[in-house]
Amino acid sequence: MDRIPILKMGDFLLVTIQVDMHDQLALQLQEDLTARISTDSATGVLIDISSLDVVDSFIGRMIANISAMARVLDAQTVVTGMRPAVAITLVELGMTLEGVLTALNVERGMALLRQKVAAHGE
Amino acid sequence: MTSATPSRLPELVSRNAKPLLASWLAHQRASSAARLDLISNSELDDQSKRFLASVEAALNAGSYDDPSSNGWTDARELLREISRSRAIQGFSPNETASFVFSLKQPLFDLVRRELGAQPQQVADETWRISLIVDQLGLFTMEAFQQSREEIIARQQQELLELSTPVVRLWDRILALPLVGTLDSARTQVVMESLLERIVETGSEVAIIDITGVPTVDTLVAQHLLKTVAATRLMGADCIISGIRPQIAQTIVHLGVDLGAVITKATLADAFAVALKMTGASLTSRST
Repeated sequence: MDRIPILKMGDFLLVTIQVDMHDQLALQLQEDLTARISTDSATGVLIDISSLDVVDSFIGRMIANISAMARVLDAQTVVTGMRPAVAITLVELGMTLEGVLTALNVERGMALLRQKVAAHGE
Repeated sequence: MTSATPSRLPELVSRNAKPLLASWLAHQRASSAARLDLISNSELDDQSKRFLASVEAALNAGSYDDPSSNGWTDARELLREISRSRAIQGFSPNETASFVFSLKQPLFDLVRRELGAQPQQVADETWRISLIVDQLGLFTMEAFQQSREEIIARQQQELLELSTPVVRLWDRILALPLVGTLDSARTQVVMESLLERIVETGSEVAIIDITGVPTVDTLVAQHLLKTVAATRLMGADCIISGIRPQIAQTIVHLGVDLGAVITKATLADAFAVALKMTGASLTSRST
């Protein structure tokens, strides 16, 4: 079964979603990511969804869940590169992903993550 | 309403096509509804000639009672085309309809002249003409109205596109000055163009200025909140500016919660905040 790769960059974990998300894949990602946060004791997670062009309420909720779970495991999550159509869809579905950090691209996301983790560590 | 005797209308019209056209044109020109300032003489001539020819063809095809039947397809097409062009040229409904209705008088004259000796037949044919011309007139009105509606719909679309400019104020700062009433369709366009420009320019802050929005009700407020939420999902911040005192009162009275949104009274204030958020600053040069 295919999985979404999770890359480690220093204290952060990097997930780029390059394929169409289906429900099973999202659940698998949730499992893998929470496991990796705890084994690697990561302090930040960056999820890049710039290649994702279709979302439904399930995927939207998965993103919110993953972020909430990471927070419980003491890691910050940033979602980057959301497309306009995806953002509009999520808002229309009533999912504004409160509490999830967002950034325009991976570079800005990394900067935001560093800033948040530094503030958190103080 | 149809007499047992076959109508002599087709034959009469065919035989007198030329004088009929001439007297119809004279009638049209004499009336103030001709609007020769909007349409050229030759165009009027051409339209009248073509229409009369199609009426003649329809009559000769045997359908002289019912202008909605197949025999009249050409005539109806022609009328639709004429109505459309007149709607675009700026004719009033009245003036467009009189194109067809002005045909009555010449036809009545013709019947009276040719069949004057038989009063019964004059009455029959007059009734028939009345029926046909009235129906064609109504059809013209319908086509005219349809064209007008199309024009209005197109103008609305153009207005929609014109009224949502997204301007770049500064490096990574966008502004969206909204003017006019916000409805669902318009907010959708606003939201899409704003989000697309954010991606294009890599902006971090978007300022929505609602100085030009006359009223804010719960629906408009909800649309604004949606736009702010979508902008945030994209990873940019949103500031709403230009909230007039009355609108601030309305928002509070309506119980709309704008708590999660940065709001500023003027665009200038919002711009200052946006500069701070992007890490830029402006200082006046002391000389």
